[in-house]
Amino acid sequence: MTQTNTVEEIVAQPYKYGFTTEIETEKIPKGLNEDVIRLISAKKNEPDFLLKFRLRAYEQWLKMKEPDWSGLTYSKVDYQDLVYYAAPKQDIKKKSLDEVDPKLLETFEKLGIPLSEQKRLSNVAVDAVFDSVSIATTYKEKLAEHGVIFCSISEAIIERPDLIEKYMGTVVPINDNFFAALNSAVFSDGSFVFIPKGVECPMELSSYFRINSGDTGQFERTLIIAEESASVSYLEGCTAPMFDTNTLHAAVVELVTLDDASIKYSTVQNWYAGNEKGVGGIYNFVTKRGECRGKRSKISWSQVETGSAVTWKYPSCLLQGDSSIGEFYSIALTNNFQKADTGTKMIHIGKNTKSKIVSKGISAGQSKNSYRGLVSISPNAEGARNYSQCDSMLIGDKASANTYPYIQSKQPQSNIEHEASTCRISEDQLFYLQSRGIDFEESVSMLISGFCSDVFNELPMEFASEADKLLALKLEGSVG
Amino acid sequence: MIQSTSETILSIKDLHASVEDQEILHGVNLLVKEGEIHAIMGRNGSGKSTLSKVIAGHPSYKVLSGSIQFKGINILELAPEERARIGIFLGFQYPVEIPGVSNLEFLRVATNSRRKELLQSELDTFEFEDLVKERMKIVEMDPAFLERSVNEGFSGGEKKRNEILQMALLEPFISILDETDSGLDIDALRIVASGINKLAQPSSATILITHYQRLLDEITPDFVHIMADGKIIKTGNKELAIDLEKSGYDFIDNNKKDKEMVN
Repeated sequence: MTQTNTVEEIVAQPYKYGFTTEIETEKIPKGLNEDVIRLISAKKNEPDFLLKFRLRAYEQWLKMKEPDWSGLTYSKVDYQDLVYYAAPKQDIKKKSLDEVDPKLLETFEKLGIPLSEQKRLSNVAVDAVFDSVSIATTYKEKLAEHGVIFCSISEAIIERPDLIEKYMGTVVPINDNFFAALNSAVFSDGSFVFIPKGVECPMELSSYFRINSGDTGQFERTLIIAEESASVSYLEGCTAPMFDTNTLHAAVVELVTLDDASIKYSTVQNWYAGNEKGVGGIYNFVTKRGECRGKRSKISWSQVETGSAVTWKYPSCLLQGDSSIGEFYSIALTNNFQKADTGTKMIHIGKNTKSKIVSKGISAGQSKNSYRGLVSISPNAEGARNYSQCDSMLIGDKASANTYPYIQSKQPQSNIEHEASTCRISEDQLFYLQSRGIDFEESVSMLISGFCSDVFNELPMEFASEADKLLALKLEGSVG
Repeated sequence: MIQSTSETILSIKDLHASVEDQEILHGVNLLVKEGEIHAIMGRNGSGKSTLSKVIAGHPSYKVLSGSIQFKGINILELAPEERARIGIFLGFQYPVEIPGVSNLEFLRVATNSRRKELLQSELDTFEFEDLVKERMKIVEMDPAFLERSVNEGFSGGEKKRNEILQMALLEPFISILDETDSGLDIDALRIVASGINKLAQPSSATILITHYQRLLDEITPDFVHIMADGKIIKTGNKELAIDLEKSGYDFIDNNKKDKEMVN
């Protein structure tokens, strides 16, 4: 067995979250039309403005074409063959956790997200989303004492329509792109966070998304608002069972920071990636964008992307406020036939705005892993600065890594730096570690963690080790 | 005086080995017993470094024939990590840099893998920090090096000290130090040499691979071997190294010529 083969074997790790929860589900019939949208809106008792928002988006979507610019090939989605709303059969929202179906609590516990009062994490509030609905949010009351709102977006629509109407669709307009338009028309649930002026959120917030049904599209919608001088750190995690069909996940995330506010948004994405032959897996077509509206405000994206059959995702920052800061830290690990096209857009509009991009791509098997990013400096953005670093690591000789950095500068008084590198796991480094008694598997895992350390350092403490474990899990396996 | 009853640590018999299908070692024989210090000298390309990598189990080097026994065990089938755990240590001529991997964590994982083999308890971060700081004194290393990535941005001398630190932590039965003296200024050489001397144990042995006499002024070898063309062609005591220093490697050539004439 050659060295390369063994490294590849280590990277090939069976998916641990592939189980299905047997639960009675209420689903609406397959297909998409205006009536379906009205039905979703009615099921959620939404105010009229939101129904109109959805219908406008649907109208736009009908006129749009599915994008094909990235060069990624995948079997096309039949949008009339998807279910747009699926919920575990129970009253939509329970007052307390005791009333939540124990099977659901068990599911989340199996995923490592205990929700019950005795077992839940002591310093992290969790919103658990199962298929189309949020089933529970922990620590709501404690957060409310600080004026922080953390709930499902469906609840926020009912309880705080003012905030929803003011902010939703202002960062990602309904006609932004094909998938954002689709999401705006049919989104089912997601998380809502509001941090009022001057409040530093007292704990980490986290949403956990679980796709359970095989033929259901998941369209979650997340909106996070940090008012003046407010700050919050938020993490999302995702898993799905193994199906041999492809499931569509088209989320929209919008972040807004006002003067001196900051949002740190971290993602650990581990959707089912398909089997080793490339059958099945999630299509992860996500629009994430943050707008630094206020002066000196800051939005920081960090992501660890290990799952999904196909990923299109470019968490971006619109740096509107003067001296605002945008950051993007990414690790993307692809294996087998996975395809990931991910990166960021940093749009510098305000003066003295700063952005930093650190991207680490690891490709194994026959996967394709691309960084695609845009740094744009507008004529008014005097003193803007960007630093980008994109590193790729190839495992085996069938994987590919590409870097597409686009740079547009219309401001001579700006400074843009870009560094890129590609490497392989070096035999000498491996031998060095092994010759100190560290076994082959652990050595590979150490080298990959080392390669990713710049990004791990940016993850919230509680999750850095979790993410490291996730990578290690993917790397675990038999060494032959 | 070395007692003949002392245990054999390393026994190499008629070892032939190749790299990239080219045979480099053409029948090496070497016997190392506990308490001994051996020096292997020779020109570049004579096979010294190859020998050290073959003993440590580098996957690019292939053993064609012959045997290597460590304390009576055939090690040729063992993976490099298994060889390390049973007490074989290779100090690298060019220690590699491993960006992003913390030196402290690396040293701890390595130390624990050896301790596990010795049925000693594994050390947690706090216990290990105490141990490593104490051992760092042997090579006069600043604890700040624990916070950095493995060898990254270390000077030549710092890298070599880090190697001796690893040796101090792993407490091997045999240390093969491949040109540990190369690239060191005289002060660094003294520190490294004194570290090696302090670590010498009656139950362990050391093989120094070197070009120059100057390391042997600091560490007195019991045996000096001269390697040429993938073989040990001459073995003597420390005087041999001094002769070599005086007359240079030409005397190997003369030696060879003599041999050829005899043949």
